[in-house]
Amino acid sequence: MNAPRRNDTLGALLEQEYVAGFETRLETDTVPKGLSEDIIRLISKRKGEPAFMLDWRLSAYRHWLTMPLPRWSTVKYPPIDFQDIVYYSAPRSKKDGPQSLDEVDPELLRTFEKLGVPLHERARLAGVAVDAVFDSVSVATTFQKELATLGILFCSFSEAVKHHPDIVQRYLGSVVPPGDNYYAALNSAVFSDGSFVFIPKGVKCPMELSTYFRINARDTGQFERTLIIAEEGASVSYLEGCTAPMRDENQLHAAVVELIALDDAKIKYSTVQNWYPGDRDGKGGIYNFVTKRGDCRGARAHISWTQVETGSAITWKYPSVILRGDDSVGDFHSVALTNNLQQADTGSKMIHIGRNTRSTILSKGISAGRGSNTFRGLVKITPKAEGARNYTQCDSLLIGDRCAAHTFPTIEVRHPDARVEHEATTSRIGEDQLFYAMQRGISAEDAVSMIVNGFCREVFKELPMEFAVEAQKLLGVSLEGSTG
Amino acid sequence: MLTIRNLQVSVSGTAILNGLSLEVKDGEVHAIMGPNGSGKSTLAQVLAGRESFQVDGGSVEWDGHDLLAMPAEARARAGLFLAFQYPVEIPGVSNAYFLKAAVNAVRRHRGLPEFDAMDFLARVKAEMAAVGMKEEFLYRAVNEGFSGGEKKRNEILQMTLLEPRLAVLDETDSGLDIDALKIVADGITRLRSPARSMIVITHYQRLLDYIVPDRVHVLSRGRIVRSGGRELALELEARGYGWIDGADPPAPTPPATGAPS
Repeated sequence: MNAPRRNDTLGALLEQEYVAGFETRLETDTVPKGLSEDIIRLISKRKGEPAFMLDWRLSAYRHWLTMPLPRWSTVKYPPIDFQDIVYYSAPRSKKDGPQSLDEVDPELLRTFEKLGVPLHERARLAGVAVDAVFDSVSVATTFQKELATLGILFCSFSEAVKHHPDIVQRYLGSVVPPGDNYYAALNSAVFSDGSFVFIPKGVKCPMELSTYFRINARDTGQFERTLIIAEEGASVSYLEGCTAPMRDENQLHAAVVELIALDDAKIKYSTVQNWYPGDRDGKGGIYNFVTKRGDCRGARAHISWTQVETGSAITWKYPSVILRGDDSVGDFHSVALTNNLQQADTGSKMIHIGRNTRSTILSKGISAGRGSNTFRGLVKITPKAEGARNYTQCDSLLIGDRCAAHTFPTIEVRHPDARVEHEATTSRIGEDQLFYAMQRGISAEDAVSMIVNGFCREVFKELPMEFAVEAQKLLGVSLEGSTG
Repeated sequence: MLTIRNLQVSVSGTAILNGLSLEVKDGEVHAIMGPNGSGKSTLAQVLAGRESFQVDGGSVEWDGHDLLAMPAEARARAGLFLAFQYPVEIPGVSNAYFLKAAVNAVRRHRGLPEFDAMDFLARVKAEMAAVGMKEEFLYRAVNEGFSGGEKKRNEILQMTLLEPRLAVLDETDSGLDIDALKIVADGITRLRSPARSMIVITHYQRLLDYIVPDRVHVLSRGRIVRSGGRELALELEARGYGWIDGADPPAPTPPATGAPS
């Protein structure tokens, strides 16, 4: 398995750089480093927020100060100096915010174009509306007008706070309360921007909505907040993509995503996360500490999370669904890949409250190099959840012999009717599988990529088409050299 | 032409092949028989390039090349095919995708244009019919949930598609009922050609009722101890492997490569 000739070929491939690792040079509007009530007031003022928002932030901040650092996870990282982070950095613009694309700095448009997310009218991705978030602010949202004719609100969080404060106030923090956990509290205090989606009653969103998150500025944390509301009978499919420049320092990304689905509503949320993972020795990379939760607040509501996590030095996230409405459905489909010194601690929580609620957790963890991959899951069936069902399948694939996979499933059943199934497998890309493919003339690299894609197939088929192709490519790049 | 000289192979310090020599000319079919543990499968895997075996000595020359110096995939592309005794399952990867990737890797190497999906499907469907495989096996994951017989047919199908110059069949007949055995034997017979050599490894004589080999060799303790024509297989069947292993009176003809240790 460790024949030198193969290492040579793969070694050459490994020299390939993280393609999204460039930095854009721009004038920025940045607040001083550090965190205090004054900084929070400054952020809120810069953003021109109403008073309720500032109060909300300050109360979250005061709560955060009382919270201990979470220590239950398996991820290891040096203490973060929260006073050494810039909490707000925005590309400087002439006015408060660009009113149209003509006012957006061309350098910014070029950046997103380079990342494969063209924003101007001619080159827009067909059938996909994009909100582009650069460091702390949203720079542009496409197809807004077209969507507005259907009553769909798709805009940056900041705009939503200004133009639809009533909706924001009603739903913000209703799924992930400000004091939910350490990083959610921090996010609630300092979040700067993100996406806001509101699909009114009975409307099926005719195109994919997506947000592209880009971290650019040095020493800056990205704290975005996404809120998606689907009213009765509404449906939407939302995609999220992420990249960051290559830097030797670690950068913090602590986001919160809240989904609310009322009666018969359906929200499908897909993520392809490719934050800079750090170099081969584990230097640099993003700390991705994210809280994502959906609330099936109505009967027959359906929330589905699909994620492909290949980036970040550390990933720490558990997209979850609260199945409150009767007959509501929650899904979680995940591929998490760790290579080199990456660590991922990810999984899902399914909280069954309503009757006949159903959930599925399908997790595929791939560990290569010295990567460490942890699945952590909670399935909770409350006493009222008559007829609740859960199926969990959790598969780990190991490539090489220096990586690790851990599984921590927790099941709490408080109703005698519940049916909870859990299946877990761990396999190694066998020498026998590789040899079989190579004996047919297929190269080692192609064989690994074929086997890994086969392993992930059930999850990839949940992704929208363009994303599935992207995800396959990404896995290929992230795995280069991993058989050596 | 394949020439194996005094091949010595061990795994984790245990010697398995102890000076095996064999010559297979173009177009010849050689059968290798022997009791369990005699080194038959090791020979097959070493020829195909499996790295978990340690070659301690000897040489293998194939068409003027040092076979042992070639990586496994290079051997495959140059036309060496191994039909596995235990074909490997690859979950999530469709048989069609796997076969096409293999065929095109080999075609690229031979300077032939790659098949597109349409051409490939037309070709593979025709060959599947010949080995009695239903089309649904194209869309199932490689060998996953296949019965023993289906796996072996899939091996023959791959051999047909890859058009090897040297095919090594490792106990392809084991575990097959008589119908499956006939189909497999048929597949092998159809592929016999003056430009293609075959090494057919088998535990039992019965496969040789359908494939008439040019030579039969008996392997014992990592060495070829007897070689002959088809009659050797029949004699072996009648007298059992104990005859070879020395439990019975001394062998009537001296071993080809020295006395057993």
